[in-house]
Amino acid sequence: MTKTGFVVANLFRKKTRTILTLLSVIMAFLLFGLLQSVNHIFSAGPDFLGATRLISQARVSFTQPLPLSMLPKLEAIPGVTRVGYSQWFGGVWQENTPLIMFAVNPQRHHDIYPEWVMPEAQWQAFANTRTAMIAGKAIADKYGWKVGQKIPIASNIYPQKNGSKSWTFDLVGIFDGKDEDWKRRAALVYINHDYFDEANQFGSGRTNFYVLKLADGNKAAAIAATVDKMFENSPDETKTQTEKDFNVGFIKQIGDIGLIVRWILFAVFFTLLLVVGNTMAQSVRERVPELAVLKTLGFSDGSVLGFVLAEAGALCLIGGLIGMSLATLLGAVVEKGSGGQFALQVSGAVWTTGLLAIVLMSLAVGLLPALRAQRLKIVDALAGR
Amino acid sequence: MIKIRSVTKSYERGKQKVEVLHGLTLDVPQGDFVALMGPSGSGKTTLLNLIGGLDTPTSGEVSVGGERIDKLSGGQLAKWRSRNVGFVFQFYNLMPVLTAEGNVELPLLLTKLSSAQRKKSVAVALQLVGLADRAKHKPRELSGGQEQRVAIARAIVSDPQLLVCDEPTGDLDRTTADEILKLLQALNRDYGKTIVMVTHDPLAAGYAKRILHLDKGRLADQSGPA
Repeated sequence: MTKTGFVVANLFRKKTRTILTLLSVIMAFLLFGLLQSVNHIFSAGPDFLGATRLISQARVSFTQPLPLSMLPKLEAIPGVTRVGYSQWFGGVWQENTPLIMFAVNPQRHHDIYPEWVMPEAQWQAFANTRTAMIAGKAIADKYGWKVGQKIPIASNIYPQKNGSKSWTFDLVGIFDGKDEDWKRRAALVYINHDYFDEANQFGSGRTNFYVLKLADGNKAAAIAATVDKMFENSPDETKTQTEKDFNVGFIKQIGDIGLIVRWILFAVFFTLLLVVGNTMAQSVRERVPELAVLKTLGFSDGSVLGFVLAEAGALCLIGGLIGMSLATLLGAVVEKGSGGQFALQVSGAVWTTGLLAIVLMSLAVGLLPALRAQRLKIVDALAGR
Repeated sequence: MIKIRSVTKSYERGKQKVEVLHGLTLDVPQGDFVALMGPSGSGKTTLLNLIGGLDTPTSGEVSVGGERIDKLSGGQLAKWRSRNVGFVFQFYNLMPVLTAEGNVELPLLLTKLSSAQRKKSVAVALQLVGLADRAKHKPRELSGGQEQRVAIARAIVSDPQLLVCDEPTGDLDRTTADEILKLLQALNRDYGKTIVMVTHDPLAAGYAKRILHLDKGRLADQSGPA
């Protein structure tokens, strides 16, 4: 037997209690790892490195449309090889199933997104049919859509000129991704922007955002700056960023993610402090005579303090490491599942903060019971006083 | 071995000061086996605690093995106890999470012995108390008598010269108590351990070489075994 063995044996003297406490520590650190990673994503600066596509939206919000008249100006920027545009349609399938659905210019979209694979004849049909719609294979399979069908879709934003929110589109093509990553993403629907623009009640000649295809990924930052500078002080100021940052920004509209994360973590750790602190206090209370016997045998006050602190430390360390490891695994799964769009990496920095949290948590929950154990008077403790 | 000179011990109970020992003087030579008897509140356990270095006197001197333990600090006393005294309690006070051998090994964690040396010492101690075959059992898997034997093995494993026993048979039936007392007697006779034992039981005291009676914090008289 070793001192470490003794600490571990004491830790598991009440297995159910320890396991339940351990589970709460694991959950807390799992949340900590994931939420810190989320926070990291949302607090990170723009990353233009190697980006070959940029997205330009209204500076104020993605929901404020930009005029299509900007198109020639964007196309004229050196280094921009093609410009497309997308309009969020707010599509709803059947009763309440929201769709990721954009109105786009077919030819431009085809040129900008070679990752979408579809027979050329279907691309042509998409470009030449006003009421055309193409769907990703993932979503077409899900709802059993076949090319040639008329698909009724409602928009929760845009009514037609006749006031009806029900639209009907001709499914002329089903596209898929060029690789596994893009195949997973093929869960969206495109319609023809020309038709949408003419038929919707809210006016025409506008789009939610532009997509700029670049000749050189190394010039992304400079081109983004050029675009934003070009429309500075105009009624349609822009914010140009990479697709990845755009996606992150989309979620950011929910609110101050950093603040939300911090509050959640505060609540989680405060609760954890009470749970683990109570476990440790109870554990020491239950074995006052045993601690007195340790002192009787010659263990110093410092050693006894060390034993109790080590127990608290072991509880937090085991739970913390398992929780952080699970967060790392889960983060990797989420990242892979989102095709790298949501890089939920539990980074070295998050691990460092996690380890620091483990140490602080150990001290916070262990120090008071440990000091109590240290101050025990043998004679009183043995006499049950 | 043990020299106690004019020792007083008092406690604060609320606002009241209670003096438990009044100028007590006592000598216990090496190899002696002393039974301390007396009514409840007479100061037996207080005296035992002073001898074992668990408490310090309010005044007076306590020397054990030539060392003035009343002068030692808390940390020094802890170290001194680990080297010089073995303790046996009425309710055994074993660690429920450890096996018999784990309990016996506990005091050896304070030494510099290697794991192999510790295991050897533990085996010898358990052999000596007749529990070699119960080494892997936890306290709840042992009878009261066996638990007390484990406690005795723990007390002697680091080979201290002095054993202090507080009602070591108080929780045992007569037969088991006799076995435990015979074991203590053998440790005194065969291994020269000095034993100071508190007991209420005259039959238990009969195993000692000397019986000291305490009454109201003073030594009443001394007698030989019954």
